[in-house]
Amino acid sequence: MIHIVDFGVGNLAAIRNMLGRMGFDSTISRDPAEIGRATKLILPGIGAFDEGMRNLRARGLVDLLGEMVMTRRVPLLGICLGMQLLGRGSDEGSEPGLGWIPMYFKRFEPDDERRLKSLHMGWNNVYHASNCALLSGYDRPPRFYFVHRYYAVCDEPSNVWGTTDYGAKFASVVGRGTIGGVQFHPEKSHKFGMQLLRNFAEAP
Amino acid sequence: MLRPRVIPVLLLKGRGLYKSVGFKNLTYVGDPINTLRIFCEKQVDEVVVLDVSATVDGRSPPLEILRDIAGECFMPLAYGGGIRSLDQVRDLLKLGVEKVVLNTIAFEEPQLVSRVADYAGSSSTVVAIDVRKKMLGGYEVYTRSGRQRTGLDPVAAAQTAEQLGAGEIVINSIDRDGSMQGYDIGLVEQVVRAVSVPVIACGGAGALADLGSAITAGAAAAAAGSMFVFQGRHRAVLISYPRPDEVDGLAKFGATV
Repeated sequence: MIHIVDFGVGNLAAIRNMLGRMGFDSTISRDPAEIGRATKLILPGIGAFDEGMRNLRARGLVDLLGEMVMTRRVPLLGICLGMQLLGRGSDEGSEPGLGWIPMYFKRFEPDDERRLKSLHMGWNNVYHASNCALLSGYDRPPRFYFVHRYYAVCDEPSNVWGTTDYGAKFASVVGRGTIGGVQFHPEKSHKFGMQLLRNFAEAP
Repeated sequence: MLRPRVIPVLLLKGRGLYKSVGFKNLTYVGDPINTLRIFCEKQVDEVVVLDVSATVDGRSPPLEILRDIAGECFMPLAYGGGIRSLDQVRDLLKLGVEKVVLNTIAFEEPQLVSRVADYAGSSSTVVAIDVRKKMLGGYEVYTRSGRQRTGLDPVAAAQTAEQLGAGEIVINSIDRDGSMQGYDIGLVEQVVRAVSVPVIACGGAGALADLGSAITAGAAAAAAGSMFVFQGRHRAVLISYPRPDEVDGLAKFGATV
């Protein structure tokens, strides 16, 4: 069963709704005992970095998720803030992140000439940077719905699974082993997002 | 390629969807669930649903029907109408709404904009500004579905909304609403110049070229009602939306990524 980790704000219902539409069972859970039994994990989230980390900690989830993901290799997909928490930190806050993927988050600089705002909001393309299973099944670069101000900078090119252009090219899909993260919202990205969630749900 | 967003705006009243002209003369468009399902099949960028009578009738957001609507939306859903408290915002986000649209309350109780932005993040906090042209030039902001004058200038109102924490501004021309004669581009330009958050142009779109001119004027998104629900001179109800390549084509008027 896929467990969608509830640790505060985030559009959890939308993720469950899209999985359900494709016939995949999932449950929204905040109870550590229940989450411990998950065979797959989705870490969603919107909002501020520090608050996200503090909420995870306050609910006793940091060590539990770490043991599940790093030791038992339970596949995990981080979405939006959930992806950002996988790194070691962010310009947005001072809390350390989970540190499972060597990356750090920086803020977009606005660029008036090119009409770029520090908030990257809207539909943008994702280009494959590796042969990861998460981005399989697309015959053209898919487009997804993004809303974020901070973007991933990975230490290791091998952790960059997909890229997007906004001012410069940034890592919009990251991964390491059975841990994946997407900066956009697959649950709000029509058939493109369905394919991605299907890839995650069907991955071994 | 960052596509400028093209956003259908749907007016909810009771259990039906309607479209107005000049904020009046509502025409029945259809059942909300079916209509949203059709828009979803057409892969719309985003959708805005507004309960236009909630505030006027003193009602809360209709959560039950919104839950059903959200279940059909595999795209971002924004909701506005009757929002007066943070608890309502919490309920809306929980049932699957991404963004809340604050209109009357943003002017009657501006602090709520900040509280919503603190809670939900500014990118989920949208302030909609309804505007009429003044008889002797200039513009004035109206609330309560266009019934209440505020004496405010839309540029100042947009700046205040941004300072309070709004992450997006919808600028809606009541004069152009339902006219399908094109946006009030001068109004859009004024507001775009005055704020740094994304601006959504609304009111008057009738054709793809209108959407392009809003993006050229600096809007991050072009919203429309009639254009996506009516067809032909006699305004027969037919749900439509530009093809994906037509929406892609608007990118040349917008940001350079």
